[in-house]
Amino acid sequence: MFHIYCPYCCEYREEEEFHVAGQAHIARPLDPDACTDKEWGEFMYFRANPRGIHHELWVHGAGCRKYFNVTRDTQTYEIKEVYKVGEKPSVVADQAK
Amino acid sequence: MQHYSGFGLLKHSFSHHENWQRVWRNPTPKKKYDVIIVGGGGHGLATAYYLAKEFGVTNVAVIEKGFLGGGNTARNTTIVRSNYLWDEAAHLYEHAMKLWEGLSQDLNYNVMFSQRGCLNLGHTLQDMRDIQRRVNANRLNGIDGEVLDTQQVKEIVPVLDCSDRARYPVLGASWQPRAGVARHDAVAWGFARGADAHGVDLIQQTEVEDLIIEDGTVVGVRTARYGEIRADRVGCVVAGNSSVLAKMAGFELPLESHPLQALVSEPIKPILDTVVMSNQVHGYASQSDKGDLVIGAGIDSYNGYGQRGSYSTIEHTIQAIVEMFPVFSRVRMNRQWGGIVDTCPDACPIISETPVKNLFFNCGWGTGGFKATPGSGHVFAASLAKGEMHPLAKPFSMFRFHNGALVDEHGAAGVAH
Repeated sequence: MFHIYCPYCCEYREEEEFHVAGQAHIARPLDPDACTDKEWGEFMYFRANPRGIHHELWVHGAGCRKYFNVTRDTQTYEIKEVYKVGEKPSVVADQAK
Repeated sequence: MQHYSGFGLLKHSFSHHENWQRVWRNPTPKKKYDVIIVGGGGHGLATAYYLAKEFGVTNVAVIEKGFLGGGNTARNTTIVRSNYLWDEAAHLYEHAMKLWEGLSQDLNYNVMFSQRGCLNLGHTLQDMRDIQRRVNANRLNGIDGEVLDTQQVKEIVPVLDCSDRARYPVLGASWQPRAGVARHDAVAWGFARGADAHGVDLIQQTEVEDLIIEDGTVVGVRTARYGEIRADRVGCVVAGNSSVLAKMAGFELPLESHPLQALVSEPIKPILDTVVMSNQVHGYASQSDKGDLVIGAGIDSYNGYGQRGSYSTIEHTIQAIVEMFPVFSRVRMNRQWGGIVDTCPDACPIISETPVKNLFFNCGWGTGGFKATPGSGHVFAASLAKGEMHPLAKPFSMFRFHNGALVDEHGAAGVAH
């Protein structure tokens, strides 16, 4: 069970109030009609699935209903950082691995 | 290989069962193989077995980082069924079902396959429409199935709450009589023993650290324990860790790894002689031969490699089970665990060639891989032997996510594993 800090409510709440909404920082293609099938397929279906540091989007569904980003270790489940949409993460994975 | 039989059991009883032959060797790997299979779970071992037995490729190694059948093969809820909606998936799972039906004889190893039937409950009018559609599709594909009404469900499972006082009353169900359960460990052990007898090297406690790729072609794997091991073809069957291996090979897969939990109760007297699943209240249960109720939870929605999930997921599942079976409300739970499942966006597997030549992946089985173990192994073995995909595997190419030809099985996959 996670205790997640909502950066809008400024409080720790239990995981059940939240939903994960998948990988964070995915930009919709600016001109979808110009995408090749491969580019569109990758935008639609291909998601990072690292064993280690992962940036994901969560929504405080049973609270303020706002979306925010969480940096989490998918092996230890430790939450490294919580930050608002539009902000950049300060904890990132080593590029080497 | 020592043949197992009732007579053998009797013979060995005279020496207090102390002289049984070891079930498989523990070899040191050769420098080069025709085929290396990464991952010694059910699917990987089945692949090795069929490669050696049916396709004559015996110079094969299975490389496993832990012990054989110690991942999701040991963690699933052992349900076998083939009532999938779409033709592509139905053919694949039915192929597996037909192999299950002769598997114990074929392997000379009792996998305890018990065709006790499987009910998929419907709780809403839309559920019932979907069930009718799926059963009709199944029958057109030659898969057994019936649509049952509440009374017929009640007759099969008297302990199920079929009253109209239930929060989600049971309106009916689909029923596949040939579905059932099998002993999950025995499946891995049976395939391992069979593969070993045909000359396959089973290399345990050896983690693949990298794939060796030269000019866009895979030529082997690098391991911590034995260094480089070369091969003409490499097949990866590593479930939750598929994305990690794909990254070594320099491409991405449309997979996300999630924790999936299950739990068993204390052993109780026989009460449930079939498999009951409900996508609507999101719970399913069967009873093992030992007497414990085997209950599967849903996946945790976040990505995770930790082989454990959140308590709230277990709690929701238990609520569903008690909703369906009020009589179980005081049964105590014995153990609870999690595995890592690699889920695809369309709830169907990937059995595919990859951008790297001679490298093949069999992954993405998500929450429902156990039931497909023999079929998956068989079609993957055929593909590895010939270097081109088996006709049943072709619709499950990883490139379907580029061309849009998805096989959307969310309906039939549902909660049911």
